[in-house]
Amino acid sequence: MSTKQALSALTRREALLLAAGATMVVAGGVVLKSGTAHADTKMVDDAIMKLIGAKKPVEGKITFDLPQIAENGNTVPVGVTVESPMTADNYVKSVHLFADGNPAPEVASLHFTPLSGKASAATRMRLAKTQNIVAVAEMSDGSVFRAQQEVKVTIGGCGG
Amino acid sequence: MANNVKPRVRVQKTATKGEVVEIKTLISHNMESGRRKGKDGKLVPRSIINKFTVTFNGKPVFSSDWAPSISANPYMSFFAKVNESGEFAFKWMDDDGSVYDSTAKITVA
Repeated sequence: MSTKQALSALTRREALLLAAGATMVVAGGVVLKSGTAHADTKMVDDAIMKLIGAKKPVEGKITFDLPQIAENGNTVPVGVTVESPMTADNYVKSVHLFADGNPAPEVASLHFTPLSGKASAATRMRLAKTQNIVAVAEMSDGSVFRAQQEVKVTIGGCGG
Repeated sequence: MANNVKPRVRVQKTATKGEVVEIKTLISHNMESGRRKGKDGKLVPRSIINKFTVTFNGKPVFSSDWAPSISANPYMSFFAKVNESGEFAFKWMDDDGSVYDSTAKITVA
Protein backbone atom coordinates (compact mmCIF):
# COMPACT_ATOMS: atom_id res chain seq x y z
CA MET A 1 0.00 0.00 0.00
CA SER A 2 1.48 3.33 -0.98
CA THR A 3 1.42 6.26 1.39
CA LYS A 4 -0.99 8.00 -0.91
CA GLN A 5 -3.55 5.17 -0.63
CA ALA A 6 -3.22 4.99 3.15
CA LEU A 7 -3.85 8.69 3.38
CA SER A 8 -6.92 8.56 1.26
CA ALA A 9 -8.27 5.62 3.32
CA LEU A 10 -7.76 7.61 6.47
CA THR A 11 -9.49 10.59 5.03
CA ARG A 12 -12.43 8.42 4.13
CA ARG A 13 -12.62 6.98 7.63
CA GLU A 14 -12.38 10.45 9.07
CA ALA A 15 -15.06 11.59 6.72
CA LEU A 16 -17.36 8.79 7.86
CA LEU A 17 -16.69 9.59 11.50
CA LEU A 18 -17.39 13.23 10.87
CA ALA A 19 -20.62 12.36 9.11
CA ALA A 20 -21.71 10.16 12.02
CA GLY A 21 -20.90 12.96 14.43
CA ALA A 22 -22.87 15.45 12.37
CA THR A 23 -25.89 13.15 12.35
CA MET A 24 -25.79 12.92 16.12
CA VAL A 25 -25.63 16.70 16.41
CA VAL A 26 -28.63 17.03 14.12
CA ALA A 27 -30.55 14.38 16.07
CA GLY A 28 -29.71 16.20 19.30
CA GLY A 29 -30.98 19.42 17.79
CA VAL A 30 -34.30 17.83 16.98
CA VAL A 31 -34.70 16.51 20.51
CA LEU A 32 -33.94 19.94 21.95
CA LYS A 33 -36.37 21.60 19.58
CA SER A 34 -39.31 19.40 20.55
CA GLY A 35 -38.67 20.39 24.15
CA THR A 36 -39.47 24.07 23.52
CA ALA A 37 -42.90 25.63 23.94
CA HIS A 38 -43.49 25.98 20.20
CA ALA A 39 -45.54 23.68 18.03
CA ASP A 40 -43.81 21.41 15.54
CA THR A 41 -44.83 19.32 12.57
CA LYS A 42 -45.97 16.48 14.80
CA MET A 43 -48.27 18.76 16.79
CA VAL A 44 -49.76 20.03 13.53
CA ASP A 45 -50.31 16.43 12.38
CA ASP A 46 -51.95 15.59 15.72
CA ALA A 47 -54.20 18.64 15.47
CA ILE A 48 -55.20 17.65 11.92
CA MET A 49 -55.91 14.07 13.07
CA LYS A 50 -58.15 15.42 15.83
CA LEU A 51 -60.20 17.45 13.35
CA ILE A 52 -60.51 15.13 10.36
CA GLY A 53 -59.74 11.67 11.75
CA ALA A 54 -57.44 9.18 10.08
CA LYS A 55 -58.13 10.36 6.49
CA LYS A 56 -55.08 10.76 4.27
CA PRO A 57 -54.87 14.27 2.81
CA VAL A 58 -53.82 14.68 -0.83
CA GLU A 59 -51.71 17.63 -2.02
CA GLY A 60 -53.39 20.22 -4.20
CA LYS A 61 -56.54 22.31 -4.87
CA ILE A 62 -55.54 24.88 -2.22
CA THR A 63 -53.99 28.26 -3.07
CA PHE A 64 -52.52 30.53 -0.40
CA ASP A 65 -52.40 34.28 -0.44
CA LEU A 66 -49.50 34.83 1.93
CA PRO A 67 -46.55 37.21 2.04
CA GLN A 68 -43.12 35.61 1.58
CA ILE A 69 -41.72 37.86 4.29
CA ALA A 70 -43.81 39.25 7.14
CA GLU A 71 -42.15 42.20 8.83
CA ASN A 72 -44.56 42.27 11.74
CA GLY A 73 -45.55 38.90 13.17
CA ASN A 74 -48.44 40.50 15.07
CA THR A 75 -50.57 40.82 12.01
CA VAL A 76 -49.79 38.69 8.98
CA PRO A 77 -52.43 38.67 6.24
CA VAL A 78 -53.47 35.17 5.21
CA GLY A 79 -55.87 34.22 2.46
CA VAL A 80 -56.82 30.76 1.28
CA THR A 81 -58.81 29.64 -1.76
CA VAL A 82 -59.92 26.10 -2.59
CA GLU A 83 -60.89 25.06 -6.10
CA SER A 84 -64.50 23.87 -6.10
CA PRO A 85 -67.74 24.42 -8.04
CA MET A 86 -69.52 25.09 -4.68
CA THR A 87 -72.80 23.44 -5.72
CA ALA A 88 -75.20 21.73 -3.31
CA ASP A 89 -73.64 18.29 -3.89
CA ASN A 90 -70.00 19.30 -4.39
CA TYR A 91 -68.59 21.97 -2.12
CA VAL A 92 -65.83 22.67 0.37
CA LYS A 93 -67.05 22.04 3.90
CA SER A 94 -64.16 23.32 5.96
CA VAL A 95 -60.64 24.64 5.69
CA HIS A 96 -58.40 24.43 8.76
CA LEU A 97 -55.36 26.66 9.08
CA PHE A 98 -52.31 25.80 11.20
CA ALA A 99 -49.00 27.50 11.97
CA ASP A 100 -46.34 24.97 12.95
CA GLY A 101 -44.11 27.42 14.84
CA ASN A 102 -46.68 29.08 17.09
CA PRO A 103 -47.16 28.11 20.77
CA ALA A 104 -50.40 26.38 19.69
CA PRO A 105 -50.67 25.28 16.05
CA GLU A 106 -54.35 26.11 15.47
CA VAL A 107 -55.09 29.41 13.71
CA ALA A 108 -58.65 29.18 12.38
CA SER A 109 -61.24 26.84 10.90
CA LEU A 110 -63.32 28.23 8.06
CA HIS A 111 -66.69 26.60 7.38
CA PHE A 112 -68.27 27.12 3.98
CA THR A 113 -71.69 26.29 2.56
CA PRO A 114 -72.95 26.19 -1.03
CA LEU A 115 -74.26 29.73 -0.29
CA SER A 116 -70.64 30.91 0.08
CA GLY A 117 -70.39 30.78 -3.71
CA LYS A 118 -66.62 30.62 -3.52
CA ALA A 119 -64.41 28.73 -1.04
CA SER A 120 -62.18 31.66 -0.28
CA ALA A 121 -61.56 33.71 2.85
CA ALA A 122 -58.91 35.95 4.34
CA THR A 123 -57.93 37.07 7.83
CA ARG A 124 -54.88 38.24 9.78
CA MET A 125 -52.88 36.09 12.15
CA ARG A 126 -50.06 36.22 14.66
CA LEU A 127 -46.84 34.37 13.87
CA ALA A 128 -44.18 33.80 16.54
CA LYS A 129 -41.34 33.16 14.10
CA THR A 130 -40.49 31.99 10.58
CA GLN A 131 -42.60 28.89 9.98
CA ASN A 132 -44.89 26.90 7.70
CA ILE A 133 -48.57 27.61 7.30
CA VAL A 134 -50.60 24.46 6.69
CA ALA A 135 -54.11 24.35 5.25
CA VAL A 136 -56.32 21.25 5.23
CA ALA A 137 -59.54 21.31 3.21
CA GLU A 138 -62.44 18.92 3.78
CA MET A 139 -64.76 18.44 0.81
CA SER A 140 -68.44 17.48 0.94
CA ASP A 141 -67.60 14.10 -0.67
CA GLY A 142 -65.21 13.28 2.20
CA SER A 143 -61.95 13.82 0.35
CA VAL A 144 -59.23 15.87 2.07
CA PHE A 145 -56.59 18.15 0.57
CA ARG A 146 -53.52 19.72 2.14
CA ALA A 147 -51.06 22.48 1.26
CA GLN A 148 -48.31 24.33 3.03
CA GLN A 149 -46.25 27.45 2.53
CA GLU A 150 -43.43 29.08 4.46
CA VAL A 151 -43.57 32.63 5.80
CA LYS A 152 -40.41 34.37 6.98
CA VAL A 153 -41.09 36.50 10.04
CA THR A 154 -38.84 39.42 10.96
CA ILE A 155 -40.37 40.28 14.37
CA GLY A 156 -42.35 37.60 16.22
CA GLY A 157 -45.91 38.34 17.26
CA CYS A 158 -46.65 36.31 20.35
CA GLY A 159 -45.56 38.80 23.00
CA GLY A 160 -43.06 36.32 24.52
CA MET B 1 -62.65 42.81 26.87
CA ALA B 2 -66.29 43.49 26.47
CA ASN B 3 -66.13 47.28 26.17
CA ASN B 4 -65.44 49.32 23.07
CA VAL B 5 -66.12 46.39 20.78
CA LYS B 6 -67.26 47.84 17.49
CA PRO B 7 -68.09 45.60 14.53
CA ARG B 8 -67.70 46.99 11.03
CA VAL B 9 -69.06 45.29 7.93
CA ARG B 10 -68.77 46.21 4.27
CA VAL B 11 -71.24 44.70 1.78
CA GLN B 12 -72.21 46.17 -1.59
CA LYS B 13 -75.78 47.55 -1.66
CA THR B 14 -77.00 45.91 -4.86
CA ALA B 15 -76.20 42.78 -6.82
CA THR B 16 -77.48 40.78 -9.76
CA LYS B 17 -79.18 37.41 -9.14
CA GLY B 18 -76.64 34.66 -8.50
CA GLU B 19 -73.74 37.08 -8.10
CA VAL B 20 -70.92 36.10 -5.75
CA VAL B 21 -70.16 39.16 -3.62
CA GLU B 22 -67.18 39.78 -1.37
CA ILE B 23 -67.88 40.74 2.23
CA LYS B 24 -65.30 42.36 4.50
CA THR B 25 -65.63 42.49 8.27
CA LEU B 26 -63.58 43.98 11.06
CA ILE B 27 -64.21 44.11 14.79
CA SER B 28 -62.22 45.96 17.42
CA HIS B 29 -61.09 43.49 20.07
CA ASN B 30 -57.83 42.90 21.97
CA MET B 31 -57.82 39.14 21.29
CA GLU B 32 -55.79 38.56 24.45
CA SER B 33 -53.95 35.32 23.66
CA GLY B 34 -53.46 34.12 27.25
CA ARG B 35 -49.71 33.82 26.68
CA ARG B 36 -48.68 37.43 27.22
CA LYS B 37 -47.32 38.61 30.58
CA GLY B 38 -48.69 41.82 32.09
CA LYS B 39 -46.70 44.47 34.00
CA ASP B 40 -46.93 42.40 37.19
CA GLY B 41 -45.20 39.48 35.46
CA LYS B 42 -48.32 37.32 35.57
CA LEU B 43 -49.98 35.86 32.51
CA VAL B 44 -52.89 37.93 31.26
CA PRO B 45 -55.85 35.52 31.02
CA ARG B 46 -57.08 34.54 27.57
CA SER B 47 -59.98 36.62 26.24
CA ILE B 48 -60.71 36.27 22.55
CA ILE B 49 -63.57 36.09 20.11
CA ASN B 50 -63.67 32.37 19.38
CA LYS B 51 -66.40 32.13 16.75
CA PHE B 52 -67.79 34.21 13.91
CA THR B 53 -70.93 33.29 11.97
CA VAL B 54 -72.79 34.73 9.00
CA THR B 55 -76.32 33.96 7.83
CA PHE B 56 -78.35 35.33 4.92
CA ASN B 57 -82.13 35.44 5.45
CA GLY B 58 -81.57 32.95 8.28
CA LYS B 59 -79.58 30.44 6.20
CA PRO B 60 -75.94 29.77 7.12
CA VAL B 61 -73.43 31.23 4.64
CA PHE B 62 -70.09 31.09 6.38
CA SER B 63 -68.62 30.61 9.84
CA SER B 64 -65.19 30.46 11.36
CA ASP B 65 -63.61 29.24 14.61
CA TRP B 66 -60.78 31.41 15.84
CA ALA B 67 -57.77 30.45 17.93
CA PRO B 68 -55.55 32.87 19.90
CA SER B 69 -53.30 33.00 16.81
CA ILE B 70 -55.79 35.41 15.19
CA SER B 71 -54.54 39.00 15.36
CA ALA B 72 -56.06 41.74 17.51
CA ASN B 73 -58.97 43.57 15.85
CA PRO B 74 -59.82 40.49 13.79
CA TYR B 75 -60.44 41.01 10.10
CA MET B 76 -62.26 38.49 7.96
CA SER B 77 -63.25 38.60 4.34
CA PHE B 78 -65.19 35.93 2.48
CA PHE B 79 -67.78 35.48 -0.26
CA ALA B 80 -71.52 34.94 -0.51
CA LYS B 81 -73.78 33.99 -3.39
CA VAL B 82 -76.97 36.07 -3.44
CA ASN B 83 -80.05 34.78 -5.24
CA GLU B 84 -82.58 37.14 -3.65
CA SER B 85 -82.77 40.43 -1.77
CA GLY B 86 -82.29 40.10 1.95
CA GLU B 87 -80.23 40.68 5.01
CA PHE B 88 -76.91 39.32 6.19
CA ALA B 89 -76.59 38.78 9.94
CA PHE B 90 -73.12 38.68 11.47
CA LYS B 91 -72.34 37.39 14.97
CA TRP B 92 -69.09 37.36 16.91
CA MET B 93 -68.94 35.15 20.05
CA ASP B 94 -66.65 36.26 22.87
CA ASP B 95 -64.96 33.92 25.39
CA ASP B 96 -66.87 35.75 28.15
CA GLY B 97 -70.22 34.83 26.60
CA SER B 98 -70.99 38.19 25.00
CA VAL B 99 -72.24 38.20 21.44
CA TYR B 100 -71.62 41.18 19.18
CA ASP B 101 -73.76 41.48 16.08
CA SER B 102 -74.29 43.49 12.97
CA THR B 103 -76.49 43.29 9.87
CA ALA B 104 -76.28 44.43 6.25
CA LYS B 105 -78.98 44.58 3.58
CA ILE B 106 -78.49 43.77 -0.08
CA THR B 107 -80.95 44.32 -2.95
CA VAL B 108 -80.97 41.95 -5.89
CA ALA B 109 -82.11 43.73 -9.03
